[in-house]
Formats: sequence, structure tokens, C-alpha cells
Amino acid sequence: MIPPRFEYFAPSSIDEAVQILDRFGGEAKVLAGGQSLLPVMKLRLAEPRALVDINRIPDLAHIREDAKSLRIGATTRTNDLNDSELIHARYPILSDAAYEIADPLVRNMGTVGGNVSHGDPANDLPACMLALGAHFVVRSPTGTRTIPAKEFYQDTFVTALESNELLLEIQIPKARPGQGNAYVKLEKRIGDFPIVGVAANLVLTTKGTIESAGLALTAVGPTALKATEAERHLVGKAPEDDAFQRAAELAQEITSPVSDLRGPAEYKRAMVRVLALRALHRASARAHGGA
Amino acid sequence: MTVHGGVGQSIKRKEDARFVRGKGNYVDDVKLPGMLYLDIVRSPYAHARIRSINIEKALKVPGVLAVIRGKDLEAANLAWMPTLMSDKQMVLPVERVMYQSQEVAAVVADSRYAAADGVVAVEVDYEPLPVVVDPMKALEPGAPILRPDRKEQTNRIWHWEVGDREGTDKALKESDVVVKENLYIPRIHVSSIETCGCVASFDAMGKLTVWMTTQAPHAIRTVFALVAGLPEQKIRIISPDIGGGFGGKVPVYPGYVLAVVAALKTGHPVKWIEDRSENIQADSFARDYHISAEIGATRDGKLTALRVKTIADHGYTDAAANPSKFPAGLFHIVTGSYPFEKAHVEVDGVYTNKPPGGIAYRCSFRVTEAAFTIERIVDSLARKLGMDPAEFRMKNFIPPEAFPFKSALGWEYDSGNYQGALRKAMDIVDYDALRKEQAEKRKRGELMGIGISSFTEIVGAGPSHTFDILGLKMFDSCEIRIHPTGKAIARFGTKSQGQGHETTYAQILAEELGISSEDIAIEEGDTDTAPYGLGTYASRSTPTAGAAASIAARKIRDKAQKIAAHLLEVSPDDLEWKDHKFQVKGVPDKAKTMAEIAFAAYTNHPPGMEAGLEAVDYYDPPNLTYPFGSYICVVDIDKETGEVKIRRFVAVDDCGTIINPMIVEGQIHGGLTMGLAPALLEEIHYDENGNMLGGSFMDYLLPTAVETPKWETAKTTTPSPHHPIGAKGVGESATVGAPAAIVNAVVDALAHLGVTHIDIPITPWKVWKILHEKRAA
Repeated sequence: MIPPRFEYFAPSSIDEAVQILDRFGGEAKVLAGGQSLLPVMKLRLAEPRALVDINRIPDLAHIREDAKSLRIGATTRTNDLNDSELIHARYPILSDAAYEIADPLVRNMGTVGGNVSHGDPANDLPACMLALGAHFVVRSPTGTRTIPAKEFYQDTFVTALESNELLLEIQIPKARPGQGNAYVKLEKRIGDFPIVGVAANLVLTTKGTIESAGLALTAVGPTALKATEAERHLVGKAPEDDAFQRAAELAQEITSPVSDLRGPAEYKRAMVRVLALRALHRASARAHGGA
Repeated sequence: MTVHGGVGQSIKRKEDARFVRGKGNYVDDVKLPGMLYLDIVRSPYAHARIRSINIEKALKVPGVLAVIRGKDLEAANLAWMPTLMSDKQMVLPVERVMYQSQEVAAVVADSRYAAADGVVAVEVDYEPLPVVVDPMKALEPGAPILRPDRKEQTNRIWHWEVGDREGTDKALKESDVVVKENLYIPRIHVSSIETCGCVASFDAMGKLTVWMTTQAPHAIRTVFALVAGLPEQKIRIISPDIGGGFGGKVPVYPGYVLAVVAALKTGHPVKWIEDRSENIQADSFARDYHISAEIGATRDGKLTALRVKTIADHGYTDAAANPSKFPAGLFHIVTGSYPFEKAHVEVDGVYTNKPPGGIAYRCSFRVTEAAFTIERIVDSLARKLGMDPAEFRMKNFIPPEAFPFKSALGWEYDSGNYQGALRKAMDIVDYDALRKEQAEKRKRGELMGIGISSFTEIVGAGPSHTFDILGLKMFDSCEIRIHPTGKAIARFGTKSQGQGHETTYAQILAEELGISSEDIAIEEGDTDTAPYGLGTYASRSTPTAGAAASIAARKIRDKAQKIAAHLLEVSPDDLEWKDHKFQVKGVPDKAKTMAEIAFAAYTNHPPGMEAGLEAVDYYDPPNLTYPFGSYICVVDIDKETGEVKIRRFVAVDDCGTIINPMIVEGQIHGGLTMGLAPALLEEIHYDENGNMLGGSFMDYLLPTAVETPKWETAKTTTPSPHHPIGAKGVGESATVGAPAAIVNAVVDALAHLGVTHIDIPITPWKVWKILHEKRAA
């Protein structure tokens, strides 16, 4: 459980950080909270030549709302989502998910940026980002670009992030009246990776029908999965069990779970339906002002 | 008048003052000048021939000083070592590896980092061989013979049986009702918070000191002397603070031997500390019993006979930690709390390509397996008879007046009141109300279950006529010295790993000697200073060393009485031990305290008497002790996900006389949690190639506070008639008793669907699958 030798950099600016990443051409890794990276280094499953510790870069950790977006800085600790009244009141899907990520020790160190950019299909926040329609702001030596979450996740541990790019911020469309969301996770034991997780986000019209819907799944495919057909089905419908049942079935259809220590594939697929229903009902209740 | 810190008082644990402040001294805290570090190359294959081991590159890694291979050990006749069960185990392989993660070579370096780099640089060329994972297949004709070194060319290690085979067959045949269940108790791991390790150091005179994570330092010293040929006075084993043992720190692991060899080879002290994955993947496992049990009864619900057959998967060698005469431990306590007239048990030990072990995970040698079997199958039988499981148990228990009770398989139970414990548990949980609630819920389609486990333990090994390990009789010891100022030190042959001996032994001595427990220092674990004993496991410390404490203290009292008589100028016969001092009978203010007597023992002892005040006792228990209890578990099941939620868990324990109620409660809380773990979460899986799946805490899931229900504990007290203070031991009762209560509750919730058993761990998908199939059907 001891990693091989590596170089360590602690840049104090974003530019310096991306320059170092660029120089190592894919052989450097960004160290934020270290909760995924350090274990794989100790197991020598990852042997980066260099670590770029971004914790000393100013203003990478923040949670704030502007006119258009909720903006979460990349090194915001997972636990900060739990502690934020803004998140609890207006984006409860994120506090739902954050509360069930690992344990308090991990949440105090692990970052939101690390969770969303690691590309692990069993991480909880990517599905939330897909359901919320988040965008990721990233910087390379040549400039800044914005990647929609739905284009970000390409394969297991493969994302749209280039090796010389650093995730700076997550931007989520600002919460509106009539919006409700929830993340529901089934796990063998508290703090474990999910058997299945489902993220649901609903925006209701003033008449009470569904104006837009986000539904995404954790741990049932090579990446977090956006259930586009299910989302489409929900639009225009009343937020009731009939529509949710069909959406949950459509969500089930896009999954390709594998049998492992967290359950057989058939069970996981069945749980997608159960959890999708629960997530949609909870999102709907919250859209109607419930908890 | 009570003495401060005497028996029965919930005083705080003395040792916690250092533990809670991080001031404990564990093996990994030992740092010696010039100390080197040892790390181990492990096999990626479960079965392979080693073509070559190339160490050239490893020796070039900066900081690496030596690499040890099997052939280096073979030259010193150390490539193999004996196991406690008369089998043999590789320290390092010369020819073949037999399980994944087996030790292949050892790298010694000047830092942990260099050693780890050296491990990666060792080049091993393996030729994979056919792997045998399933013990049933291992017994089939034509299966690869895993141990061609043995005379018997079979993977069956041994066959062991006890009881009346014909009588049991006949009784079962004549029974009105017979129920059979196949129960698998999976391979699990003790996962103590401190992994294993040691520091080995030779001094200038050639004396070897080993700081070691061991539950049995004295036995280890003798084993080292016999195996390595070192004179025993030149070996000192020190068990410093130990972070949990649970049976996993009884065996001798290859790493210990390698550290000693490395210290000898380099002339430097050598430290070896496992990491967590090594601990889970290579150290001794527990359980792994494939059990088939049949039980019979008359139509009106009276038990008749019990037959149990078991296949025991031992891995590639039998390195179980059992008393020598019992290859399946004390599994024949399997008749449990019931007076069977006929019973028969047979067990076959089998080799597979898995790590060796078969240790007693917080249970006195296969007692968990036994208690689970009987409490599970009794439930099935009650259901078949249409009787309530509580009513069925009450009807069949060994009655209180039948003790001492001789069981069908030969044990003599010392004392018990099984009806009393179950009645108390039923009252606390309000059993009748729960059954009513369950019936109503079932009508509404909700799933709720109530499970009972009325287990009988067997601990305190053990009497010298039957119990030995490698010939060493299983007594234990206490040596007390009372200082001139009336303070005392006592040393024991056991070794606490969290049990609280520094507190509870002092309480026994306080009660016997009239000295505050604060004024009695307790020491264990250093073979140069402590009296010989067989160590701490199998809930044996209180029944053996705790008894030795009482007896040694009473020897001191005998001498103290004579000194008191001398001081009071009366005859010893005129004195009585009352209110923790010697008084002249009928004249309470003519008395001498132990402090006064101790001072006199060094300053004014009677003519003709030796000075000083000390005693030693090696206690050979006349019998084992039989703690017992009744547990009731209430579960609710989520019909959609199959998740089991424990709503309530009531534990009524009877461990005889209680020395410290708070420590007993703590032991029961920990034990219940360790009983919950295998019932719902823990299992070591292997794939068909013998790859261990889940060899880290990322996948081997231990329960946390969230999964742990609020344990509701209570007690009854039925003292042991043969222990000096009536104590029985309690460390393991809850681990032994809990799993069956949980499984019985889940089965009870699903019984109306025809479910009679679910193998542990009961995962949500096992329950979901049952519900899914029943609905589909």
C-alpha cells in the first residue's frame, strides 16, 4: 500500500497548474481531495509521474448563485454541499447525494470537482449533474471552454477532459419556482458505492404539468447514464404515477448493469425502476413545496 | 463494606486512559535504532508452479538489502513450519504456490518505501496449475491432489465424528416429523482494526526479542524454540497493546518467521507490518462450513434426534487454531440448549486453493457454527410442526433442575436457566404484541419477522485431561506480588486485545484481597516476566486466568492471616476475613487491613516465616463453562428492494457472575455487531480461478453505526458452580448467538411464502429474488 515515487507540485494559480499538466503530457494527475486518486496510487493501479495539488489555488472552492446559475468551484468539499443552506433549500438533489457519499472523513476531503470529473460510473454526483443539465468550465493553456455534462462522460474513467485541462467550476441552471429534484441511492451499507442510484429533476409549469425533466442513473452502465427517452416522455405530462411508471421503464431500457459484489445484473435493472419511481415522486413532492 | 473497584462494579476501564488519547503502544509504534523493513512478494495465482524467482533487479533498488526466497529457507530447514493441527504450512514456497496472495519472497530494505519498490522489482515466473475452489469438487474422484506431499492421496484432510450414529439413524427414522436444512456459513474475516506484524531483534548475546501481534505469547515462544531450535531462555516474545484479535492473532504467520530470519541474516532489527489487503487476503479466515442438518421430533413437538454432516473448507493446509484433540473445535456443542437423547456429528476437513485458517472468530472453536445450526433448524422444525418458535423452545429446553447436564455428545453443562432467559427476552420485546402486529401486517401485505436464538456457549478451554495445544495443557496463570505499602502487581499468562483485563483482573483481586483495584497493576504479554499461560481466545481468560487470580489471592490470604494473627497476638483460627480485612471473631475493631499486613510482611514478619507476600497459581479448570442467552430480533423488509431493516434486537445474556457490568455490556454490543456482520454483509468470495473478490474494505463491508440497531441488553445470572467466583466468560456469546436470531427473523417474515432458509449473508437481492419469484409464480 505504498505508491511509487512521483513528483509533487503545488501551484498557486490556475495558469501555473495547467502549464504543469501540459508539460507532463498526460503523465501528471490533478490532486484535489485525493479520495479516489490516492487509493489507486497506493495499490499501484495508477502510477503518475507527477501530482498537481490544486488546493492552494485561490477561489476554486465556492458555492454561489448568480442571475443564471448555481456555481460550484471544483475544490468545494463534498461536505460543503451538506452544510450549505442554499443547496438544501434550492438544490436538494445535491445534498441528498452528498449525504450518502462515503463517510464524513471522505466527504471532508473529497471534492465536488473530483467526484464529477473522475469518470467513475459509481460516483453519485455525475448523475445529478446530468439530471440538472450542468455545464463544466475547464481551462487549458490555450483557453477556457464549457462542456455540457451530457457530453462529458464518454466511457468508464474516460471523460471529455483533456490531459492538460483543469476543471474550474460546475454551472447548474438556476433553480426556478416549480422545480423539484431528488437523488435516491440503494446501497449495501452506508457509505458504500451504490448498487443503483437515480437522480431526478422536474420543473413544473404554473398549470402543474411537467415542463422539463432530468433523469439520470448511477452504476448501471459504463458511465452515469442520462435517460433521455424517459425525460422526453415526461414532458407535458402530469407529475403522477402513470407518467412516472412509464418513465421508469424507459430508464430501465438504457441500462447495462454488470453482476458483481453489489448484486446481480437483473436485480440492479429491477432496482432502476423502483428507485426511478421513488426519485420522481420525491422530486414532484418537492416541486409542490414538500420536503 | 465494598472495596473500591471490586467485583460487580461498573468502574471505567483503566487502559482507556491511554487508548482514547492515542497513547497506546502497539507493535507498529516500536522503533529501534538501525531497524529495517520487510515487505512481501505475493502470488497473483491461486495455484501455480514457480519456474524461477529472479531477484537481481530487486537487489539493485536503492535501499534494498536482501531478498529471501523459499530455497534460502530450505537450506536452514525453515521453508515449512508445523501448524497447530499437525499439518504443515509453507513459510515461503520452493516449488508451488497454493493460494492467491500467498507469500513468495521477502524483501528487506532500509525504508518501507524501498521495500515496496523492491517487491515490485522481484520477477517471478509462474506456470499456472488447475485450481480447486469448491470443497465438494475437491472430494470428487479425479480432482487434482493439492497436497501430493501427504501419504494419503486425497484432498480429504481428516474425517471426524462423535455420537451414536446407529441410534441417531434409528431415532430419526422413528420420528414423526423430520426436517433437513443445508446451511452454508461462509468464509469471513475477523478484520481487527490493527493488522498483524512484528519487530524482531537479536541482541549482542544472541537473544531474540520479538514484539508481536499475538494472543498467545508464551505458546509462540515455545513454538519458536521447537521450530527454530533456539534455546527458549534466549527468546522473548512481547505482546504490547493489541488492537483486536478475535482469533486472528493466534496463528503463526509466515511474516513473523521471515522477520526473524531477516533479522538474523542482516544483523539489524526488522519490522514487518501487513497492510489491510494483505490482512484480509492472506491471514486466517473463519467459518467456511457446509452443513447439512437433520432434526426429528414427535408429533406433539418433543425433540428426538439430531444428525449433522459438515464439509469444512480449510484451504491448502489445516492451520486451524483448535485444541489438538478437536479438529472441528467444539462443534459438537451443536445439540445446543436441548436434551437430545441421540445425536451424531461428522465433519470432513478438505483442502482447496484458498488461504489456510479455520480460526475461532470470536467464538470458542466452531461454536458459532454449532449455535447457528441448531438455532436455525429448531426454528424450521417448529414451523413444520405449526408451533410458535418460542413455545417450541420452552417445551424442549433442558430444564434448570437438570444441571449439571450431560449432553448427547458428551459435554457436561455446568449450569443454566434457559427458560428464564427466553422469558425475560419475550417480556422485554413484548412478544405477543409483536406476533399480533405481524399477523395484521401480513394481511396488509407488509413483511415483518420475529427471530429467536436461545444459544448455549462452551468456553474456558480447558481441563487438562482433554485440552492441549501441541501438547501444552490449556491451564492459565496468575502471579501476585503485594508491595510493602500495600499496593500490588499481578501478572498473567493471558493477553488482552481489548477485553479490559487491566480492569477486570484488578477487580477480582480487589475483591479477594481488600485492595482498591486502582492500587493493583496488571501486566500481561511479556514472556520474560509473566507466568506461563496459553493466552487469550475462546472466552477463556476469565474462566482460567480469572480463576487463577482468585486462587492465587486466596493463597496470599492464607499467609496474610498468619501475619495478621502475629500482629494481633491471637491465633490464626481466631481470625475471620470479613469486610475485606482480617478481624478477631466478634471484635470488629481488632482488625488488620491487607496494607498493614503487607507492611509487616516486609518489616515485621513472624519468626520462622518467609518474608514477602506473593503467590502464583496455575489454574487447571475442572470443566468448561457454559454461558447462554436468548436473543430476539425484529425485522422489517422493504418489499420492493429486499432490504432488511432490524427494528429491534433484545439480548438477554447469562455469563454467570459479572465482574464489571459496563465491560460486559460493551462486549455484548461488540459481539452483536460482529454477529450482525456475517448475517447481513460479510463474505469472502472467490471466483473459479481462486481470485479473491473483495480483498479490501472497499468491497469487504464491515457494519457501521448506521447498520447497527440500538441493542437492548439485559441479563440473568446463573453462576458457574465450579469457577471460584462463579464467572463464565462473555467475550463471544453475542457473536455466537446473534446470526441465527437475525436469519430466523428474516425467514419468519417470508415463511408464509414457503421460505425455510436463506444462506447468509442475507443481501437485499437474495430477498428480492425470493419475492420476485413468488410473485411471478
